Amino acid sequence: MGAIGSVREAKDRYKSGVIPYAKMGYWDGDYQPKDTDVVALFRITPQPGVEAVEAAAAVAGESSTATWTVVWTDRLTACEVYRAKAYRVDPVPNTGAGTATEAQYFAYIAYDLDLFEPGSIANLTASIIGNVFGFKAVKALRLEDMRIPVAYLKTFQGPATGIVVERERLDKFGRPLLGATTKPKLGLSGRNYGRVVYEALKGGLDFVKDDENINSQPFMHWRDRYLYCMEAVNKASAATGEVKGHYLNVTAATMEDMYERAEFAKSLGAIIVMIDLVVGYTAIQSMAKWARRNDVILHLHRAGNSTYSRQKNHGMSFRVICKWMRMAGVDHIHAGTVVGKLEGDPDMIKGYYDTLRESRTAANLEHGLFFDQEWASLNRVMPVASGGIHAGQMHQLIHYLGEDVVLQFGGGTIGHPMGIQAGATANRVALEVMIQARNEGRDIWNEGPQILHDAARWCKPLQAALDTWKDITFNYASTDTADFVPTATASA
Amino acid sequence: MRITQGQFSFLPDLSDKQIMLQVAYALAKGWAVNVEYTDDPHPRNTYWEMWGMPMFDLMDPAGVLMEIAACRKKYPEHYIRVTAFDSSQGWETPRMSFIVNRPAVEPGFGLVRAEGDGRRMNYTVRSYAADRPEGSRYG
Repeated sequence: MGAIGSVREAKDRYKSGVIPYAKMGYWDGDYQPKDTDVVALFRITPQPGVEAVEAAAAVAGESSTATWTVVWTDRLTACEVYRAKAYRVDPVPNTGAGTATEAQYFAYIAYDLDLFEPGSIANLTASIIGNVFGFKAVKALRLEDMRIPVAYLKTFQGPATGIVVERERLDKFGRPLLGATTKPKLGLSGRNYGRVVYEALKGGLDFVKDDENINSQPFMHWRDRYLYCMEAVNKASAATGEVKGHYLNVTAATMEDMYERAEFAKSLGAIIVMIDLVVGYTAIQSMAKWARRNDVILHLHRAGNSTYSRQKNHGMSFRVICKWMRMAGVDHIHAGTVVGKLEGDPDMIKGYYDTLRESRTAANLEHGLFFDQEWASLNRVMPVASGGIHAGQMHQLIHYLGEDVVLQFGGGTIGHPMGIQAGATANRVALEVMIQARNEGRDIWNEGPQILHDAARWCKPLQAALDTWKDITFNYASTDTADFVPTATASA
Repeated sequence: MRITQGQFSFLPDLSDKQIMLQVAYALAKGWAVNVEYTDDPHPRNTYWEMWGMPMFDLMDPAGVLMEIAACRKKYPEHYIRVTAFDSSQGWETPRMSFIVNRPAVEPGFGLVRAEGDGRRMNYTVRSYAADRPEGSRYG
């Protein structure tokens, strides 16, 4: 597809009028991305009659310097540097003629580093997911992945605390952390709400969490919640000898309100606060800097992401959100459970978790990772698995998600027939016995149910949990799945 | 009261064989294991006393068991924990930590409340045992 060339003669290139984007210099099939380029991979569904290369060039143009017509003022700039360059277009497997899906293409587009303000997610995203997503020449557009150069990563703070320091502060190593979201999400008074926090922490959880839409409502204003929750946290800490925490949601209407809430939480001894993704990239970066300055862990609830990340043909992949949030500087982010109630294909979730936790990730198409990514010593983000999980799935959760993860059992703690403390204890015993078995070299994937059954003989709360939820699974087909499946290759 | 710090405090106390299997897991990962003890198990007491140095070049988990046995003999009524350190870049931190000895009676902690203005409360977690001097707190 490299046959299309730019118009090379300046006289012709800058003649007033409209010429195809590919001919304006936004397509270069021979371009080799520089180590310092930002590279984006888009899934493009062109409008009928628009060639894939022209559509890719149009996306490159509209996400960098172009407008719809030729402008002579380009010639006052080093415009060839600032033009993003689409350099590769591949048909998406299982789309186009002979399939049920109209033709889609993966377009690779490289952007010069000088197109972006250092350390600003808002600026990066204003280009990459700005006007271009409403552009008429493409019927649908999805940002699948990005390669962020080390040179750009080094302009970001990254996670305020990171997995390593979070664990050191909590004095908790070698096992997933356990959490729960207070339920019901809405309606409890501050005093009743704190009761749930105390019971769950005393029973064995490490964290309890505000839900995304608990801010400051008529039934419970924020200061009241903070005071009762911190009483619960401290009482539970004294009762167990462990460091405990409750993610106080500081999400509010303005930055000034968020800072006020965060400062109050800190003054009460909170080790962690939380925000929602809907506060926006700039507010997230501000809170990450506040968290670093104040030795507070920052949890992010991904409220809103499925609005644009779930459907495969338009929007953006959650793996890109993971990359941006690691740069923006959160310490925790909800990233899927595989086995629970919310969307999550195992291969896709592996890609998200690796993106959050590893020092470098290699391209792996089955996991949806299109690029090698070096993380330049940005801290690791702790993924959070939450939504419809219970103690009976412990072996599956550890198998899929590993040990650097917060497992959040909300209903699976609070809905326990013997009460909240018993629910928490069931989860903690299931977790410890499974980590013990894994470390002893046992095959937990196959022996998991037996390991839980054996522990339930001496732990009644675990027995009750297994009896209550033994058959609960959420087996629905995922909508966001890999486009590439492993194929057997002939052995030599 | 049972202090539930560490990886396995919700399980029945680990047998020596079970401890050995956990230590073998750490050594197979290339982590250095050490033994620490204290009679001040406050949740934020980071620095327990070291029973010697981390065993950097040890290959056989039985060696760790011997150190645990010696530490238990000298401090039968202390908390003793095993910690495994990972020196690889990007971690450089403990990767495992679990209790292998605890006093027969654990009095636990009280919560000291200091009332402030606006319903504010400042909390301090205070160990009942730590009121007595180090070395004479348990047993």
